[in-house]
Amino acid sequence: MVRFLLGRLAVLIPTFIGVSIIAFSFIRLLPGDPVALLSGERVMSPERHAIISAQLGFDRPIVVQYLDYIWGILRGDFGTSIVTKQPILESFFALFPATLELSICAILFAIILGIPAGIFAAIKRGSFFDQTIMGTALVGYSMPIFWWGLLLIILFSGILQWTPVSGRISLLYFFPPVTGFMLIDSLISGQAGAFKSAASHLILPTIVLGTIPLAVIARQTRSAMLEVLSEDYVRTARAKGLSPLRVIGVHALRNAMIPVITTIGLQVGVMLAGAILTETIFSWPGIGKWMVDSVFRRDYPVIQGGLLMIAAIIMVVNLIVDLLYGLINPRIRH
Amino acid sequence: MLKKMTFAAALATATILSGAASAKTFVFCSEGSPEGFDPGLYTAGTTFDAAAHTVYNRLLEFKKGTTETEPGLAESYETSADGLEYTFKLRSGVKFQTTDYFTPTRDLNADDVIFSYDRQMNKDNPWNQYIAGGSWEYFAGMGFPDLIASIEKVDDMTVKFKLKRKEAPFLANVAMPFASIMSKEYADKLEAAGTKEKLNQQPLGTGPFQFVAYQQDAAIRYKANPDYWGGKQKIDDLVFAITTDAAVRYQKLQAGECHLMPYPNAADVQAMKSNPALTVQEQEGLNIAYVAFNTTQAPFDKVEVRKALSMAVNKQAIVDAVFQGAATPAKNPIPPTMWSYNDAVQDDTYDPEAAKKMLEDAGVKDLSMKVWAMPVARPYMLNARRAAELMQSDFAKVGVNVEIVSYEWAEYLERSKAKDRDGAVILGWTGDNGDPDNFLDTLLGCDAIGGNNRAQWCNKEFDDLVTKAKESSDQAERTKLYEQAQVIFKKEAPWITVDHSLSVVPMRKEVTGFVQSPLGDFAFDGVDLAE
Repeated sequence: MVRFLLGRLAVLIPTFIGVSIIAFSFIRLLPGDPVALLSGERVMSPERHAIISAQLGFDRPIVVQYLDYIWGILRGDFGTSIVTKQPILESFFALFPATLELSICAILFAIILGIPAGIFAAIKRGSFFDQTIMGTALVGYSMPIFWWGLLLIILFSGILQWTPVSGRISLLYFFPPVTGFMLIDSLISGQAGAFKSAASHLILPTIVLGTIPLAVIARQTRSAMLEVLSEDYVRTARAKGLSPLRVIGVHALRNAMIPVITTIGLQVGVMLAGAILTETIFSWPGIGKWMVDSVFRRDYPVIQGGLLMIAAIIMVVNLIVDLLYGLINPRIRH
Repeated sequence: MLKKMTFAAALATATILSGAASAKTFVFCSEGSPEGFDPGLYTAGTTFDAAAHTVYNRLLEFKKGTTETEPGLAESYETSADGLEYTFKLRSGVKFQTTDYFTPTRDLNADDVIFSYDRQMNKDNPWNQYIAGGSWEYFAGMGFPDLIASIEKVDDMTVKFKLKRKEAPFLANVAMPFASIMSKEYADKLEAAGTKEKLNQQPLGTGPFQFVAYQQDAAIRYKANPDYWGGKQKIDDLVFAITTDAAVRYQKLQAGECHLMPYPNAADVQAMKSNPALTVQEQEGLNIAYVAFNTTQAPFDKVEVRKALSMAVNKQAIVDAVFQGAATPAKNPIPPTMWSYNDAVQDDTYDPEAAKKMLEDAGVKDLSMKVWAMPVARPYMLNARRAAELMQSDFAKVGVNVEIVSYEWAEYLERSKAKDRDGAVILGWTGDNGDPDNFLDTLLGCDAIGGNNRAQWCNKEFDDLVTKAKESSDQAERTKLYEQAQVIFKKEAPWITVDHSLSVVPMRKEVTGFVQSPLGDFAFDGVDLAE
C-alpha cells in the first residue's frame, strides 16, 4: 500500500511539471497583451509600455520567465496579480472555500439523487420509470449550464420569488469569515436567520452545478447495476433465498459502486469546470469567477496559479479515489 | 483556548456589525470587482465608482449631472495672467474619515494635496512604487508628467501648481478620479508600520462614504461618513453587490435585492420601463462610436471617397438593430451633451445612389476593403460585428465589397494604431473629463497619429484650431474654435460618425436623488430611499 502510494506520488511530479508548462505557455499563446490592456482604449506610449513590461518581467526570454516562475512556486510564491496586485495564493485561499462549499453541496445533491435513481432504473429496467429517469438524465447532461441557470433564476427567483437571485447570503448579514464556508460561518455568527439565508442562496447554484454530475452518476449507476445483476454470484444469492433488499443492497451494490466511485472522482474536474459558469451566473465569489475575470484581463499570474492549484486538487482527488477502491473491494489491494 | 478566544472575538465583531444592518441601506448591483482602491493606479470606471466617488474627494469636483467643475476640497482657485500658474485655496475644517483602522489627528491641509500628486509624478517619492508593478496610468494618460513643472505649498491651506505650458483642460483633469486627495497622515502611518499596500486595500479619504469592508468578488460595504464636510448622507449604509451578468442584475433589481443597476441589456429595457416597481433614467452618454478610415492609404486619402462611403451608411438602421433605439445617430465627433457641440453642422445624408455616383466620379471601381469589428461590447458600441454586417450590406449597394475582420481586444487596439493599417476601424471613445479637447485633440490631433488617432489624419487647419483652443482659458473663445473645428472635420470626413449611445439606468421606484453623470460615473451622495 505504501509502495503504491509512493509510486502514485512519483507520477504526480512529472504530471505537475507538464501542467505548469501547459498553463504557462498556452496563455501566452493567446493573443492579447496584458500590459496594453492596463490602459484600455487610452493608448500607452511605447516607452511606458517597455517600462511596465520590464517591471513585470515580461521583457525576458520566456524560458527564463518560466524557470523564475517555477523557482517561485517551489518557495511557495505563486506571484501577484497584474491587475489587483494581490498575492495569488492569498486570493485563492480566500475564494476557494466558496467554490468548495458549492461543489460539495452539488456533488452530495448528485449522489443522493443519482445513485438511488440509477438503482431503481436498473431494477425496473425497460419500465416507464426507467425510461423517464434516463430521458431526464440525458436532458440534464445536455443542458447548457448558463441557460439552465438563468432559466431557474427567472422561474424561482423572478416569478415565484422562492429563492434569492444571486450571491452567498443576504446583504443584511455581515460577519467576518472564520472558516470561509458560509453555512458554518452563518451558524457561528449567531445572527438570527443568517443560516437560513445562506442555505437558501445555495439551492439554485447547487442544482445547476449538480445537474450534469447527477445525470452522469445516475446513468453510470444504472449500467453498473445492470452488469452486476446479471452476474452468477447475484443469481446464487437469489437462489439462496436472500431478500431482494439484501441481494441488491449488499451483494450487487458493493461491486457496482466501483465504477460509480471512479465516475464521482472524475466529476471533480467537471465540477470545477462547471463552477466557472455557475459562479459567473450566480455572482458566487469563488475561484471560477476569479479565473474568468482574469482571462479577460489577461492576468497571467492568476490564470497560471489558478490552473496549477486546480490541477493539483484534481490529481489529489483522483489519488484518493484510487485509494478508496481498496476499501470498497478488498480484492483490489494494490 | 486560543481558538475559543478568536471565536468570541469574531462573535463580538459580528454582533457590532449586525447592529448597523437594520439602518437605511442602499444596495447598488455593480457590474464587476474593483481592481483595487487607489484610484491613481487604475483606469476602469468600475474601480472609480468603488473607490474614487465614494471614499475620496478632489480639489475640484464635477457639478452633479454636468461636465462643469465646481469647488471641491479647494474652495477657490486663481489663474495667473500667463495661464501657467493655478493657486488653489483649500477648504478649512475638512476631516478625514475615522475608521477602525485609522483615527486622524488633523484636518486636510496642503501636505495631503502635495502627497497625492507627488507620489504619481516623482519617481523618488517612496510611494511611487509602493505596489510592485503598479503604474499611474491616468496621470500619464492625461499628460500630467510633461505638464506639471512643480507643485508648491504656499501656506498650510494654499497650493500652487506651475505648468510648463498653457492648458485649459487642466482644471477638468484635476476633478478626475486619479487626482483624488489622500491623507498624508494615514500614508505615513502605513509606511511606519511597513504596510504600504494597505493604501490600496483600506482606502481613507474625505468623501461622503467611508470604507467598511471588501469581500472579494462579492460585496463592498461603506457607511455614511458622519463628519463629511458636505453634510452626512441620508442613507446610512451603502453596499455594492458585485453581479457581473446583466440579466442577473435585472432579476435582483426586480426582486428588490438591489436598488439600482448599471448597464442593462438593451433587450430588457422595454420590459423595465413597463414594470411599475422600477423607473428608468435615460441620458445621452458622453461618447461616440466611429469608423476610422486610414486617410494615408489610397483610396481613403481622397475626401470624396470618404464622403461617399459616409453617405452610404444607414446609421439609423444600425442604431435600431444594435441599440434597439437607445442611441442617436452621430454627426459630430463630440456628443450633443458636451459644450461647444456644433448643431449647425449638416450630416452626410444617407443616399446610396449619390454615393455610388461620387465613387464613380472619383475613379473608384470594384473597391474591396476591410472593416474592423471590435470583439467586445462597449457602451458606445454594443455589437460591432452586427454593425459591421449592416455596413457590409450598405457598402455592397454602392459596389464596395467588404471583408469583416476582428482580433482579440488588446490586439485590436494595438494593430489598429499602425500607420500602414488597411481598411476602416470601428471604435469609439467615452469622455474622461467632459472637455472637448479630450475628444478633438486626443482622437484627431496630429500628435495622436500612431496612437489614438486611428484615422492617421493630420489636418493643419483643424489642428491649429484645436491647439489654440487648448491654450485659451476663455470658454467663449474656446467654444467658437471648437465649433469651427467640427465644420472642418465634417468637410474632411476622416471618420464615419456612427452613434452616441444613451446611458440607461434602471432603479427601484423608491430611489430618490440619484443624478446620472454624463461622464458615466455612478456616485451615490445625495441618494435616498423613500419610505
